[in-house]
Amino acid sequence: MKTETKAVDINRNIGDFAYPEVHVRDAGAGLSEKTVHYISDVKEDPDWVREFRLRGLKTFLEKPLPTHWASKDLETIDFDKIRYYLAPGTGAKRSWDEVPEDIKRTFERLGIPEQERKFLAGVEAQFDSEAVYSNIKKAVGEQGVIFVGSTEGLKNHPEIFRKWFGKVIPIADNKFSALNSAVFSGGSFIYVPPGVKVKHPLQAYFRINAENFGQFERTLIIADEGSEVTYMEGCTAPKFNTATLHSAVVELVALKGAKIQYITVQNWSANVFNLVTKRGLAHENAEVKWIDCNIGSRLTMKYPGVVLKGRKARGEVLSIALANNGQHQDTGAKMIHAADETTSNIISKSISVGTGRATYRGLVHVPKHLKNCKNNTECDALLINATSRTDTYPAITVRGTGNAVQHEASVSQVSADQIFYMQQRGLTEAQAMSLSVNGFVNDLVRQFPMEYSVELKRLIELEMEGSVG
Amino acid sequence: MPLTTDNELANTRSILSGPASSRDLPDWFREQQQAAWQKFEAIARPTRKDQPWRFSSVDLLDLTPFKSSAELSEEDRRNILKYSRGLHEFAGRMIFAGDQLVERDIVSDDLKKRGVIFQPLERAMVEHADLFRKYFMSTEAKLGSAKFAALHQAMVSSGTFLFVPRGVEIKLPIEIFHWLRGQDVSVFPHLLLIADELAKVTVVEHFSSCDRSAAGFACGVNDLIVGPGANVTYVCAQNWSEKVIGIQINSSKVDHDGSVKSLNLNLGSRYSRFESLSRLIGEGSRSDMLAVAVADGEQEFDARTLQDHVSPRTASDLLYKNALSDRARCTFGGLIRVEPHAHFTDAYQKVRNLLLSDDAEANSMPGLEILADNVRCTHGATSGQINEDEMFYLRSRGIPVKVAQRLIVTGFLNEVIGRLEQPPLADHLNRLIEGKFAQSAK
Repeated sequence: MKTETKAVDINRNIGDFAYPEVHVRDAGAGLSEKTVHYISDVKEDPDWVREFRLRGLKTFLEKPLPTHWASKDLETIDFDKIRYYLAPGTGAKRSWDEVPEDIKRTFERLGIPEQERKFLAGVEAQFDSEAVYSNIKKAVGEQGVIFVGSTEGLKNHPEIFRKWFGKVIPIADNKFSALNSAVFSGGSFIYVPPGVKVKHPLQAYFRINAENFGQFERTLIIADEGSEVTYMEGCTAPKFNTATLHSAVVELVALKGAKIQYITVQNWSANVFNLVTKRGLAHENAEVKWIDCNIGSRLTMKYPGVVLKGRKARGEVLSIALANNGQHQDTGAKMIHAADETTSNIISKSISVGTGRATYRGLVHVPKHLKNCKNNTECDALLINATSRTDTYPAITVRGTGNAVQHEASVSQVSADQIFYMQQRGLTEAQAMSLSVNGFVNDLVRQFPMEYSVELKRLIELEMEGSVG
Repeated sequence: MPLTTDNELANTRSILSGPASSRDLPDWFREQQQAAWQKFEAIARPTRKDQPWRFSSVDLLDLTPFKSSAELSEEDRRNILKYSRGLHEFAGRMIFAGDQLVERDIVSDDLKKRGVIFQPLERAMVEHADLFRKYFMSTEAKLGSAKFAALHQAMVSSGTFLFVPRGVEIKLPIEIFHWLRGQDVSVFPHLLLIADELAKVTVVEHFSSCDRSAAGFACGVNDLIVGPGANVTYVCAQNWSEKVIGIQINSSKVDHDGSVKSLNLNLGSRYSRFESLSRLIGEGSRSDMLAVAVADGEQEFDARTLQDHVSPRTASDLLYKNALSDRARCTFGGLIRVEPHAHFTDAYQKVRNLLLSDDAEANSMPGLEILADNVRCTHGATSGQINEDEMFYLRSRGIPVKVAQRLIVTGFLNEVIGRLEQPPLADHLNRLIEGKFAQSAK
């Protein structure tokens, strides 16, 4: 029925293993100015970064948890028990041979080096707080493309890095962006020079290996005029007994006529709090496209956004969320129109299984005196069991007469007739259900790169196992 | 109509001094009012950060200037009676000004014999205490205005009580008028409607100001209790003066196989918040929630709704349309909630904004919370402007721009009004809308 590919492995069970920790650098549990100084010292931050971190900490401590609208589950995060920085004490390697044996084994089991050889233009692998491996193909590097960890980026390319860092998502955007600003470590820095079209995707792989750990990577991607780049990230963690926190900040800048496509397959284990802020800035004629698949984690809160700053800029969010027993996928999109003739498109599909809860939260803003802005939003939710839950909370503001905005949402369940029909033809109920669910997301999945869509389909099948009967 | 004199103002008291004690009301009721007053004082004023008040101009809710109404003179009463013109035919009528009963046209003798009760609140709470106490303020204000519901309960002094017994059908509508009279005066309109099993009734409420330039404050509560198989239609035509701050808290509770249809027409006021909660508590019940707003100048309409599906096999259908010009703002915050086990729910929610000027603003928050499966729930929100082709078509037939625009807006709004399926009512509402157009054309 399907071609077997060993692409990005998002099979949950494959990620469920852990090696003993051998961290040389450990900031200890809890968060204070001391923690921030420790991280700054270890990373030999320039002064402006240290100050940036301290401002982040202050803002984080001042801001309340957003529980007046968000899940009360956030209150169960014990910020004093989390360890904010763990690293093996060695820099990122350019060759897998130099990566410490146990860490290499981890990524080999996840299939990363193999994929790199096959179809990626560059790979970065992050293990807890720091990148352990980072490499791009020679041909891509020769075009002037920079693909390094954020630490290396801010040290070696300060002239580009500093200009955009923290500009798309300010420290005080929300409590968790402030937390990330205080303790960020790892993540990618990418710069694509004018006119360069990176043919193959760049990939980052994030792995949490330690218990009670918080991963706070920071990614900054700048696509200069007329350039194109696709970035993919994957993430896994073992199934620990205690909750783990992942709170990333991702900033994208698409300069005039540039295109950035950012693909996430989030498959954290079911005790990870995944609280991520992602936003892109699209200049004139530029395009920012987020493809966001959320399958794992205990609670995900993530609303990728695009600020449409230049004329004719385009923003798009394609989102698939699957909430299984005990999971809450609180995802959505933000589209801020700030120039004439900007267009945005949001398509969100969610599936709630068992006691899972899928939430769509959206924001579309069209201020006055803009002309010919268009937004289209579609949210479809599929409920599998009687205990499943789904919510939709969009907020749409439109001023003035020159714009068109439409929002549509529907909630349905798998039709009994469909299931009956398929069972007539010899499929089991579970197979029929899985096929229906794949059909539900199919038109969206088809827009993904092939390697992702095949794996995603397989993953959905896996999640649907045992959901009926 | 004559303006209030200074002399009259001297006899009124600020609403923030709490409920008056010297009223001729039963002790239990006055105790409830005191308790409600304490609740009002205990609850903090809403801020925009409160999710139910997002986008709302909460700063306008300063109640300090507002006073209770002065006693009406005989001349006032005559004038008010003269201006209380609504439908041509009605089954019964009650007219209030400044929360004082001006007139009650009795329901026909036949209906009275069959047990229809149509009384001012203060009489019903004595004569039908059991029924009254069972339902009065029995629905919690869940959509953000708990503070104002408490204020209403503390201050309410009159209103309408309507009980339609089992199987009784009142063919013609019942009409209720509430007038605001004088500068900075407040009113607390109340309607408690109980339709027993298989009863059928239509109620139309008119909210207007005697003086079109007087500021004022209106804080109304309206509870519709719809019994098994009963059928209730409720229309509210809000046409306060353009300086009035209004809060209206409406709820309906629908038992099995009952149905309710409500329509809010918003034309007047500086700021008007409408909360509509419909609870479908019995299997097979249905709620149609309709609203039309024509906003211009600095007007702000803030509508919050909840379609609460508690039982299986229930249906709800919401359609709100706003036409906005000048610097007007409209906010819609709606939620379809399907409770656990409310399977086979069929719910629909749609809000459409027609923006007629560059400074108008529409905020839409159509929400869904689904805790059951086997449901069909959809919602939609659109914001757009007049289709250029339609405009061109009308203009090419010699219709001036202003008139063409008005025709298109009328057509846009008519879809909602037509859903009432009661032509005399629809005609009346269209006349009110035309009146507003005529006024803004001046």
